[in-house]
Amino acid sequence: MGAMINRLALLGYAGLNVIAALGRSGVFLFQALTGRSRFGNAFELLLKQLYSVGVLSLAIIIVSGLFIGMVLALQGYMILVGYGSEQAVGQMVALTLLRELGPVVTALLFAGRAGSALTAEIGLMKATEQLSSLEMIGVDPLKYVIAPRLWAGFISMPLLSMIFCVVGIWGGAMVAVDWLGVYSGSYWSNMQNAVEFGSDVINGLIKAIAFAFVVTWIAVFQGYDCEPTSEGISRATTRTVVYASLAVLGLDFILTALMF
Amino acid sequence: MRMRTLELTVGVFILAGVLALAVLAMRVSGLTNDATGDSYKVFAHFDNVAGLTTRAKVTMAGVTIGQVTDIRFDKNRYTGFVEMAINKDVNTLPADSTASIVTAGLLGEKYVGISVGGDDLMLAEGDEIHDTQSALVLEELIGRFLLNTVSSED
Repeated sequence: MGAMINRLALLGYAGLNVIAALGRSGVFLFQALTGRSRFGNAFELLLKQLYSVGVLSLAIIIVSGLFIGMVLALQGYMILVGYGSEQAVGQMVALTLLRELGPVVTALLFAGRAGSALTAEIGLMKATEQLSSLEMIGVDPLKYVIAPRLWAGFISMPLLSMIFCVVGIWGGAMVAVDWLGVYSGSYWSNMQNAVEFGSDVINGLIKAIAFAFVVTWIAVFQGYDCEPTSEGISRATTRTVVYASLAVLGLDFILTALMF
Repeated sequence: MRMRTLELTVGVFILAGVLALAVLAMRVSGLTNDATGDSYKVFAHFDNVAGLTTRAKVTMAGVTIGQVTDIRFDKNRYTGFVEMAINKDVNTLPADSTASIVTAGLLGEKYVGISVGGDDLMLAEGDEIHDTQSALVLEELIGRFLLNTVSSED
């Protein structure tokens, strides 16, 4: 009986911990995003983070976008050619990329490439007591360290997602038009007939913005909230990638259900 | 890294992202064709619009000259009401032209094909195309074919 109650208490404790972490992360986000740092040039800080979060992720985004577009065109062509409608490969590649794969794969890659780096960096800052030193000299680490990283993530991921889509569609055109011999006019015109700017491109962009928000928030908070040991940092980094990926995939379903 | 180089690389990155959005708008979604400003609207009643969707193309002689902007049920005439936006520069459609719903290929999308008439009056904003031909419904066709074979056997 006592063991049962103990177990129940543990379960309740774990649940309360989750809710407390949620609350901490909400307060954390609010404090980081309101107001600005009194130290350092905010623009310069943001610029540095945009470089390390956005520009350095460019290579992996472009390469995966290219290959995903190429594979989509190849698979789509092989299925569609059986129905004699291989001209539709353009619209298939474009819609798949804009609506789903563009934002989702970019978010997953972003979580792996930039999110984990953010967590590890902030976690190490915490473990080596750089964050508390900042506080000691009167600089708010939330505004000096965290805020530029959050904004850099919010800004760069939607841009990366757009680049991903364009490169993917171009890769699809390369495979379908140049290698498989689909007429290039019908590739592009079918795509233009099927893709609507308001509902497809903008909704894809909205998805990317939502994912950027979630992934960056999770990554930065996990770093800030991690146990300040080397093991804690490694666990926080793993959690970032796992939580961010799950959140992106779950959110994607909800957003798709709402949008299309 | 020097501040200047940093600024330039980040600038190029943001520019690339914005350009990508522009490409998606213009090249991929064909937003330029979308402008309803340089087009005029005509409408037509079809007995059956099965399979036609908004944004379907309106063609003449196989060339796209506009797109379907609205499809509704006309409850007074029990027909499908189709509104089309035709490019402004195609302003020489005779008023007695025929609009028919045709299919691209066997399984392809439905679109509206306009065949030219002989009237001196031209279609203008808000005019109706009276002469229409409905969508071909495969089931109806098969049904009629079966009925014919049965009646010829009698």
